Amino acid sequence: MGLISAGTTIFDAGVVNGIGNMILVSSVTASSSASITFTLADYKEYQFYFVNIHAATSGAEYQFNLSIDSGSNYNVAKTSTAFESYHTEADNGAGVIYQGGADLAQGTGDQQLFRNLDTDNDCSYSGSLKLFNPSSDTFAKHYMARGNGMNTSPTSIDFNVAGYANTASAVDRIQFKMSSGNIDSGKILMFGIN
Amino acid sequence: MAVISAGTTLIDAGAISVPTGALILIKSITASSSASISFVDGASGVVFDGTYKSYIFKFIDVHPSTEADNTVFHFQCSTDGGSNYNTTMTSSHFRAGNYEDDSDRFLSFNITQAQSQDTDFASLINGSIGTDNDQSASGFLQIFNPADTTFVKHFISRTNSHNLNNVSMVAYNGGYFNTTSAIDAIQFKFSAGDVDNAVIKMYGVT
Repeated sequence: MGLISAGTTIFDAGVVNGIGNMILVSSVTASSSASITFTLADYKEYQFYFVNIHAATSGAEYQFNLSIDSGSNYNVAKTSTAFESYHTEADNGAGVIYQGGADLAQGTGDQQLFRNLDTDNDCSYSGSLKLFNPSSDTFAKHYMARGNGMNTSPTSIDFNVAGYANTASAVDRIQFKMSSGNIDSGKILMFGIN
Repeated sequence: MAVISAGTTLIDAGAISVPTGALILIKSITASSSASISFVDGASGVVFDGTYKSYIFKFIDVHPSTEADNTVFHFQCSTDGGSNYNTTMTSSHFRAGNYEDDSDRFLSFNITQAQSQDTDFASLINGSIGTDNDQSASGFLQIFNPADTTFVKHFISRTNSHNLNNVSMVAYNGGYFNTTSAIDAIQFKFSAGDVDNAVIKMYGVT
C-alpha cells in the first residue's frame, strides 16, 4: 500500500521518500568506560561522531580497532597516514606536520584518532570517522577521520587519520578506547548511510 | 489527506512534518567495466540543480581495470547538460602517504594534480590505485550550490586509496569551477582504462 498526499508519494513499496538516508543506528554515552563497541552490518558507509571525548588518564591516546570475528579479537592489519595542524594556546608553536607516531604500516594495534589528551575538565576531543563498506569480502576497508582536540600542552590540534584495514574478510565490530585508563565521558553516535 | 498522531501532524500537503534526515539519496550507480559514470540533471532520475544547495558524491571501492603509473580517478563538470565536460577550474591538492612496508611516509602539496584555470579533469586520488583484487579507493566529493548563476562553484573532496605500490594514500582536493553558469552534470572516470568496479552515490543536502 502506498500513501499519496497532494500528489506526492510519501511511501510506497516499502520505501519512505524524503526521510533522509543518514540513519542513526546507535548512540552510546561513555561513563568511565573501558571501551565502547559497535556491531557493524552491511551499510556501504558508516559515520561515527565523537562528542567531547574526555579521558580519565592524562596523556592517553583515543583510538579504535576492528574485528572480523564478532569481537573475539580486535587486531586487523591496517596501513594508514596521520597528520596534524596545531597551534599552542601560548602562541609559541604552530604548523602542519606528518605524525609518524600515529600511523600504521600493516600494524594490528589500535589506530590512534587523537594523541595526548589532557584531563582538565574543559579538555576533550570531538570529530568524526568514516568507514567504508566494512562487510565487503573483496576489498580492503578504507577509513578517514578528522577531529579537533586539546592536548596536554595545551594546544589545539586538528588531527587527520586515513587508511585501510587490509583484509578481505568482513569487518563486523569496531571498538573505541583509550590507550590507558577509561573513557571518562563523551558520546559516540554511529550512523549508517544508505 | 493528512496523518495526525497524538495531535502532531506527521504528513500533510505532500510533506513529512516530523524531523527527518538531511542527506537525501538521489541516485546510486554501480560501475562494471564502465568507461565513465555521469550524473546529468533531468536524466535517469537525477536532480542536479537548485533543489539542493549542496551535493555529495560518495565513492565506494573504486577499482580500475588498468594498472599504470599516473592513472588517476578524476572528475569534471558540465554547464551544457553533459555535452562537454570542460569547465574551467582552479584547485589545490595535497596528500599523505605511508607504505605498507614502513619504508617511507610523507605529507606534501602535489602541484601536478592542482589546476590553474584548466579545463582538464581533476584527480580525486593521488597516484594510481592498484588492480589487485583487494585494492580500491573510497571517499567523497562535495559541490556547493552548482545551480548558482552569480558565484563560482566550490568543491572539496577527500579520498583514501590503496595505491599500486601498496601505499595508503589520503588525498585532499579543493577548488572552484570558475564559471557563473549553472553546473548541471558531472562525470567520473579513469584517465586510462575502465572503472572495473565502483558504487557511486549522489546525495542532496537539505
